[in-house]
Amino acid sequence: MMFMMATLAVLIAMALVVIRAMRGPTVFDRVLAGNVIGTLAILLLAVVGFLMGRPEWLDIALTYGLLNLISTLAVLKFFRHGDLAFLPKEAPKQ
Amino acid sequence: MEAYILMALLALLAAITIAIVFQRSLFAVVILAGIYSFLMATVMIVLDAVDVAMTEASVGAGISTVVFLATLHLTRAREYPRPRSVMLPLFVSSVVAAVLVWGTFELPRFGAAETPIHQHIAPHYLKEAKRETGVPNVVTAVLADYRSFDTLGETTVIFTGGIGILVLLRGRRRKRGEDKDAVDPGVRDA
Repeated sequence: MMFMMATLAVLIAMALVVIRAMRGPTVFDRVLAGNVIGTLAILLLAVVGFLMGRPEWLDIALTYGLLNLISTLAVLKFFRHGDLAFLPKEAPKQ
Repeated sequence: MEAYILMALLALLAAITIAIVFQRSLFAVVILAGIYSFLMATVMIVLDAVDVAMTEASVGAGISTVVFLATLHLTRAREYPRPRSVMLPLFVSSVVAAVLVWGTFELPRFGAAETPIHQHIAPHYLKEAKRETGVPNVVTAVLADYRSFDTLGETTVIFTGGIGILVLLRGRRRKRGEDKDAVDPGVRDA
């Protein structure tokens, strides 16, 4: 019962975040929504794993946490430098 | 219970798809596509296809986002609405969708156990995989033991493709820079 309510709460949170990602007026609303969806997916995996008696899913949830980092880092680097392969201008010459 | 979770996730997926179609800012489309991939991977895990879900999450949400962003850097981040008529694309996609749906009528029922694919060699894998290979996960046993040469060949193909792309990109970058001393800092110490 407890896990069921937790699943329901995570699903509702996911719906709210998706609405924010669709409407989000600024870029950063969307970046944050993308990141939070990853976190909520991790939570959902953990809770559903316990709900269905498959606690091994926690390992998969951990891998999700690692994957979630990549896209957020790429998006933020894109916005900081406007380029993914950014090289600082003052790189010392040898 | 599982069915309700799947329904909720699939409803979210449908909402995101509609939002992607109507969204004009391509950056928002990239973010929405990443969210779509993450939700899709969750659906696959709930359906017990963990390996497919891992691929979807790493390729769809990780690599594709990076590749899309690199594309946005080379193009513009906004889609211009085209004044042309939408009737022809609408017609073509409806016909293709109808043909695909018509094709599904010939498929065996979802999860049917008496189809040939489930009777040829799969029972042997399910029964003997643990004893013959010592791998507890049957999918891993099939991929990495029974079909190990196949997997090795696939990995070689992907590795060769990656090397080819790297060589192409590197040659282009060196040609673009005028200064010969301006070596990529990543390779300077090599």
